[in-house]
Amino acid sequence: MLGEGILKGMAETARNFFGSYFSSKRMTTVEYPEQRIAPFEAARVFPFLVYDGADWEAGLRCVSCQICEKECPPKCIFIEKSKDKKPDALGRPQFYPTRFDIDISVCMSCQICVEVCPFEAIKMDTEFELSTDDRFGGLLLDRRELAKSNEYYHTIHSSEAAAVDARLDEEKSKAEAKAKSLAEAKAHIIAAAHAGEGA
Amino acid sequence: MIEFSDQIFVLLKHWLVSFLPVAWQQPVGVILCAATIVCLYPALFAVAVWLERKGLGRMQNRLGPNRVGPFGLLQPIADGIKSLTKEDIVPLSADAAVHFLAPVLLVVTVFMGFAVLPMGRNMVLVDMDAGLLFYFAMGTSSELAVFMAGWSSRNKYSLLGAMRAVAQMISYEVPLLMSSVTVVMITGSLSLTKIVEAQNHFSYGLPHWYIFTPWGFAGFVMYAISTTAETNRSPFDLPEGESELVAGYHTEYSGFKFALFFLGEYVAMFSISGLGTTLFLGGWSAPFAFLTWVPSWIWFFSKLMLSIFVFIWMRGTLPRLRQDQLMNFAWKFVLPMCLVNLMVAAVWRFMGEGWQRWAVCSAILLLTYVGMGLGEMRKKHIGPRSYRYAE
Repeated sequence: MLGEGILKGMAETARNFFGSYFSSKRMTTVEYPEQRIAPFEAARVFPFLVYDGADWEAGLRCVSCQICEKECPPKCIFIEKSKDKKPDALGRPQFYPTRFDIDISVCMSCQICVEVCPFEAIKMDTEFELSTDDRFGGLLLDRRELAKSNEYYHTIHSSEAAAVDARLDEEKSKAEAKAKSLAEAKAHIIAAAHAGEGA
Repeated sequence: MIEFSDQIFVLLKHWLVSFLPVAWQQPVGVILCAATIVCLYPALFAVAVWLERKGLGRMQNRLGPNRVGPFGLLQPIADGIKSLTKEDIVPLSADAAVHFLAPVLLVVTVFMGFAVLPMGRNMVLVDMDAGLLFYFAMGTSSELAVFMAGWSSRNKYSLLGAMRAVAQMISYEVPLLMSSVTVVMITGSLSLTKIVEAQNHFSYGLPHWYIFTPWGFAGFVMYAISTTAETNRSPFDLPEGESELVAGYHTEYSGFKFALFFLGEYVAMFSISGLGTTLFLGGWSAPFAFLTWVPSWIWFFSKLMLSIFVFIWMRGTLPRLRQDQLMNFAWKFVLPMCLVNLMVAAVWRFMGEGWQRWAVCSAILLLTYVGMGLGEMRKKHIGPRSYRYAE
């Protein structure tokens, strides 16, 4: 019958109108600055740099390999590689970024930098209240502003961070075991050599 | 006491003008009434905008404005201040005089319609014998204002919007008049006060409003459809379809001139709802015999606000039509229904009292509606959509 659909639609909006006073299903908004919904686990806004330990500068996982800079589609990352090396989490000497800038006015939140990083050094943040009155300097984040602790990473993406930590621990123990076996083998050879000398 | 509260505004006017010399009393009284109308409806407009934004919000599962004042009640004031302080831009190549005149003309013609609307017992500015005719004459001239706005802006979107608006308003003017003519046929008068008087009597405690007759109901539905199109409200808001025309005929208007268009649109909605109330919903008469002690003006304005709520409700529900759908609907469905309704009203008038006329009139209308509905629907192949992909 003609007009049936209109009546059905009108009934639905009327249900929404009156239901919004009684049911939270029909009033899905929250009063934003006062009330907040916890962000979803998979939420992502802009990238940040992870550091281990207490000192942000010493603990940065980034080794300045510049893969993310090359992969970034809108080219919003700018990295300056250090001349010297410093020990990383595994104790190996590595380069580090003397400058690491991300222009979040250019960043398109594609997460490609996170996917290509072999050192788990760059991750996506959930912080979205980044508005500023300085549209150039205020939106260009340097490495101090980008550096956030591993604990913070655990609070925003707990399961993902746990998986990352497990992987890093595995790598670390593997590296230690390798170093150990290498040292043992060395010691063995040296011992054998000594034995040979003795004989 | 009942009499006093019912006539409070009329008595107030008489008391105020009684201080003046006799020769001045008549003109000053008219100016006083006109000033009241010109102040009252913009105030009502503010309330309606607030209601619309809150109501639409609720229909879309959100709260609507709630930051300015309690429940966002001061939002219209904030909007008003904003539009007053905005820069008033006239495009360089626009026809400045016509560009300025269009919003003024719109508001003036819209307000003129209120002159003949009875807003309560004895509360009518000019009790014209041909009130309905005057009303429609004024209502039609708002089309001129719309076209002036679109033409003088010298902007393709404005012009397209104005063309659409004029095409739509003229198409729907016909069913609007046709559905109102039935009331004139039954009442035998073009005077709006007489039309209300004819509906203001009760049997078994129920009123004799025209909407409670088969021809009145059909006429009211057709009238409601035509008024929605006439005031450019959703789902007939093609003249200002944002997705195609930026804002339609008022694209090039800013600041207070834009606010005037906005005001004109809403006040036109009030005035045409007021006319619908007068024609079909018994104007200022009470809905039940035992409620006649409530002042008549309260009834008029509650019916008015109820119509506004229905307008908002429809806007929250229905998507915008396409231009060809709009025209087909006007000329192929609403107009034939109105013509059948005219015939039914004549049958009703000459069959005399009794249940027979109820049966005959309802049957004719129902059969026409169902038959035309089936005819319309048969042509449409509504079903799952098939997609073609590029190979």
